[in-house]
Amino acid sequence: MKVTARYSSGRLWLGLKGELDHHGARNSLIIIKSRIEELLPRDCIMDFTDVSFMDSSGIAIILRTYKLMNELGGRLWIENVPTQPMKVIDTAGIDRLVGITALSGSVQRP
Amino acid sequence: MKVHNTVKVEFESRSVNESFARSVAACFLAQLDPTLDELGDVRTAVSEAVTNCIVHAYPDGIGKIMMRIRLFEDNTAELVIRDWGVGIGDVKQAMEPLFTTGGEERSGMGFTIMGSFMDGLKVRSSVGKGTTVTMKKKISVRVSGK
Repeated sequence: MKVTARYSSGRLWLGLKGELDHHGARNSLIIIKSRIEELLPRDCIMDFTDVSFMDSSGIAIILRTYKLMNELGGRLWIENVPTQPMKVIDTAGIDRLVGITALSGSVQRP
Repeated sequence: MKVHNTVKVEFESRSVNESFARSVAACFLAQLDPTLDELGDVRTAVSEAVTNCIVHAYPDGIGKIMMRIRLFEDNTAELVIRDWGVGIGDVKQAMEPLFTTGGEERSGMGFTIMGSFMDGLKVRSSVGKGTTVTMKKKISVRVSGK
């Protein structure tokens, strides 16, 4: 799992690429945590366009990121989620916590 | 019910093997002509079961994980993932949503996802002897038109 970060005007964009499973989770979380703590963004967007697979380890990463942003008083959005990761997110029910956009472009907001 | 085909694979409880296990399951099930969604469901469930073994079964080192897949004549796949690790003391509690003995990297959703994505889930475990997870998935039979 590769994490790319871009920051502008209080908004941190995180591009995730690859398989989001237990094997890649720890390093991904380290990178995400360090970027948030360094930049203190108002908004954080996790872009799932290039996530080819996700299991519940990805849920843990989303929840941890949500907690970090919540502690800052900021918001978390998840965008462009492909079908398989979206099914895992639906099952976990975290769409009640964060704004999520599916890859098809349909928007769900809390 | 007659078994049409079987595969059995053993590997070490290393996290790099999670992707390998998913690939084995997907490749073997391909002969049933599953939809992308069905393949995604099986890959996800296998990933959860194998990750449970890697995270919990062998806290003091690396151990063995076995995965067996049987394909039946009614287009059902049975997947068994087994370890010989520490075992689960209270299986019912372990299967509750959000329950985990892991750290902040774990969500406690593994068994919930396995049960939701597959058509059957059984967990047998004995403390000090290991855990066996058995899952089933009915693959739809697609009728081709002319």
